[in-house]
Amino acid sequence: MTNELLRIEGLTKAYPGVVANSDVSFAISPGEIHALLGENGAGKSTLVKMIYGLVKPDSGTMVLRGQPYTPARPSAARAAGVAMVFQHFSLFEALNVAENVALGMENPPPMRELAERIRAVSTEYGLPLDPARRVGDLSAGERQRVEIVRCLLQDPKLLIMDEPTSVLTPQEVDILFQTLRQLSAEGTAILYISHKLEEIRALCDGATILRRGKVVATCTPRDVSARDMAELMVGAVLNPPARAARRDWGDASPALEVAGLSAPSPIAFGTSLKNISFSVQRGEVLGIAGVAGNGQDELLLALSGELATDPGMIKAKGAPVGDLGPNARRALGFVAAPEDRLGHAAAPDMSLVENALLSGVVRKGLTKRGFIDWGATKNWAAEIVAQYDVRTPGTWVAARALSGGNLQKFLMGRELSQAPEVVIINQPTWGVDAAAAAFIRQEILNRAQDGAAVVVISQDLDDLLEVSDRFAALNEGRLTPTRPTEGLTVDEIGLMMGGAHGMEVAHHG
Amino acid sequence: MIAGGALFALLGKDPVVAIRTIFWDPIFGEFAFYLRGQLLVKAGPLILIAVGLSLGFRAGIWNIGAEGQYIMGAVFGAAVGLAMFPTDSRWIFPVMIVAGAFGGWVWAMIPAILKTRFNTNEILVSLMLVYVAQTILSKAATGFLRNPEGMGFPGSRNFSGFPAARNAELIAGSGLHWGGVAAFIAVIGAYVLLQRHILGFQIKLAGQAPRAARFAGVAPTKLVVLCMGLSGALAGLAGMFEVTGPAGQISIDFASGYGFTAIIVAFLGRLNPVGILLAGLVMALTYVGGEMASTNLGLPSAAIQAFQGMLLFFLLAVDLLSNYRIRFLKGRAA
Repeated sequence: MTNELLRIEGLTKAYPGVVANSDVSFAISPGEIHALLGENGAGKSTLVKMIYGLVKPDSGTMVLRGQPYTPARPSAARAAGVAMVFQHFSLFEALNVAENVALGMENPPPMRELAERIRAVSTEYGLPLDPARRVGDLSAGERQRVEIVRCLLQDPKLLIMDEPTSVLTPQEVDILFQTLRQLSAEGTAILYISHKLEEIRALCDGATILRRGKVVATCTPRDVSARDMAELMVGAVLNPPARAARRDWGDASPALEVAGLSAPSPIAFGTSLKNISFSVQRGEVLGIAGVAGNGQDELLLALSGELATDPGMIKAKGAPVGDLGPNARRALGFVAAPEDRLGHAAAPDMSLVENALLSGVVRKGLTKRGFIDWGATKNWAAEIVAQYDVRTPGTWVAARALSGGNLQKFLMGRELSQAPEVVIINQPTWGVDAAAAAFIRQEILNRAQDGAAVVVISQDLDDLLEVSDRFAALNEGRLTPTRPTEGLTVDEIGLMMGGAHGMEVAHHG
Repeated sequence: MIAGGALFALLGKDPVVAIRTIFWDPIFGEFAFYLRGQLLVKAGPLILIAVGLSLGFRAGIWNIGAEGQYIMGAVFGAAVGLAMFPTDSRWIFPVMIVAGAFGGWVWAMIPAILKTRFNTNEILVSLMLVYVAQTILSKAATGFLRNPEGMGFPGSRNFSGFPAARNAELIAGSGLHWGGVAAFIAVIGAYVLLQRHILGFQIKLAGQAPRAARFAGVAPTKLVVLCMGLSGALAGLAGMFEVTGPAGQISIDFASGYGFTAIIVAFLGRLNPVGILLAGLVMALTYVGGEMASTNLGLPSAAIQAFQGMLLFFLLAVDLLSNYRIRFLKGRAA
């Protein structure tokens, strides 16, 4: 067992009320691409935070290259050769690429030298980057490249990647995988966290599966089917969402019609919407794909009523609603779920009960002459928690205390249990595990079955392919014509999404 | 309190006696029968203003100009009352209450509308309007509201000689006047608003997560107008009760800093109505006790103000320290 880069032995970390990791052990060899799999709340984040020095384990040991390894802070981890690319980018949009990279370094070299090194490293690994460009102008894929290059400049022995592909087009994913394979061939080990089992099968040499803080299995992903891995993760048998034949509701006009929707973005560095048109009938699901930052947030704002447009640009059952605010639209049967959960869909410091009230007050009738019926709100929040399997000590817990996936389940439950007529969701299964994703997709289909018109905006193609009847893609604020989902190939979808944004695969040899 | 004691000791006074004079004697000392009443007189306007301010602060709307709204409430209320001098009707006082609230409301609407229309900074505008209000006040005292029988001295007619418009003590010697009653009503009203009413929920939401508030359908401009208006009206009420009661007349030095002290009270009370009630009483105690200390012990009144400032400073420090941990870094640049 000499050929080991990192060995973890009996790592345990408990938080009040929950054991995040219990006696976790595994090992990574140099050059290995090792997958870390698990449901939400299984303890993956806690585990990598311990490796990266953000969290201190209660007990257990780590050995890095034969030496005891107890990083007290991320800078110590970086000094030891461990680098991490976070799921959420930590970049300053107003600064350029080189400045952003310099901010993450302990002793940044002079700017000109740094720019040279960025250029050299990024071309070597097939991730072309212009060090002088402002990060605010970059696509999500390019921003990720900045993060990766920032890590590579530190010449890491172990690179931790947390859900790296969630913001990429299929083509961009291919390029990323090329880079990761190249790194692995050079001896850098990669700890790869993802929910996308097919990716793990394509990329990883070994996998450790966590469930409720414990290692439940290790496997070689190539030899196991994605389905088996998912079932190991969840500890239960999974069923793909069932879809009944669509009913014809015989409506004269579509439940939701968008015609020539153009609107400037209210967000700094946002994408304005340009002449978007589509319509959705009752019982129908329209899937909208696209790489992050191509107008998804803005489209959701316009549909939810947070961004007012000309009245006629958005119509519900033929009636113009473009100038109505969120609550007026909710009264008409609209529900919306923004992508950003903390701060937009939910108030971080408020309890789940208060957050249930936040968007449910109109449709659930939770006020009487303006006075809040806290009893009814509590009951409803408790129902959501039970029905959507939200793991929380109670409904009095603040939203920020929930793990990302659990909060996502709660927020999806909040919107989908309001008997909606028009559903608009951005990233329905963002950060949730396979079982919860399947459940949420099933609920979306059920609402469509009940007669709701559904718009699902997502960067996760699995979401879209499983639930949508028709398919379109957003690209720089423009929407492609819609096409029936059946019969679409991944390549065609990639082209609709705008290809690889000028990315090139590295050519070696 | 320890730092305050040290300050008093530095000034050459016995710290124990000084602190006892401030905190103990007003309630239990030999003049307590009078000073307890003073306590309510001082606490009433503080609480009334602070409750209004706290609603705005909760929503992230910073009305710093309560002093100006307080003055304008007094001027409006007094002007309406004096215009009817010397008729006698029981409707005069209620009309003056409405006028006082209206005065404060109007003064608060100026920054509110400038903010919603032109996105000006409400902190600066409301603060600057305090100085405008003070100018109007001195104009009123020396000009349009001057007592015609005052032989040319600045200052309006005294309301103590005008029973129909007078804000008298409700129970003799208790110090409780209508302003105190209004303060209690405001505390209860604000509590109910914040705990039970959807508007209170929206105020809290807007302060904590502005984007979530938009998602929840809260219109930011409406909220600004509402919060500024409420805090202005309450400050105006406080001014009106003050001018007709304890102060008795519009005079040049009528403004006593209640509007600014109320900001401290609002934060001392953690922006919570019940907390503000207690904080207002404590603050009134330092006022009353401070006056005692300056007359009995010869402490400069500036020392008392420094002491009040220390209270707020330490409270904010405790807040910060309970949320963050101090790390000492050894001479390393970020």
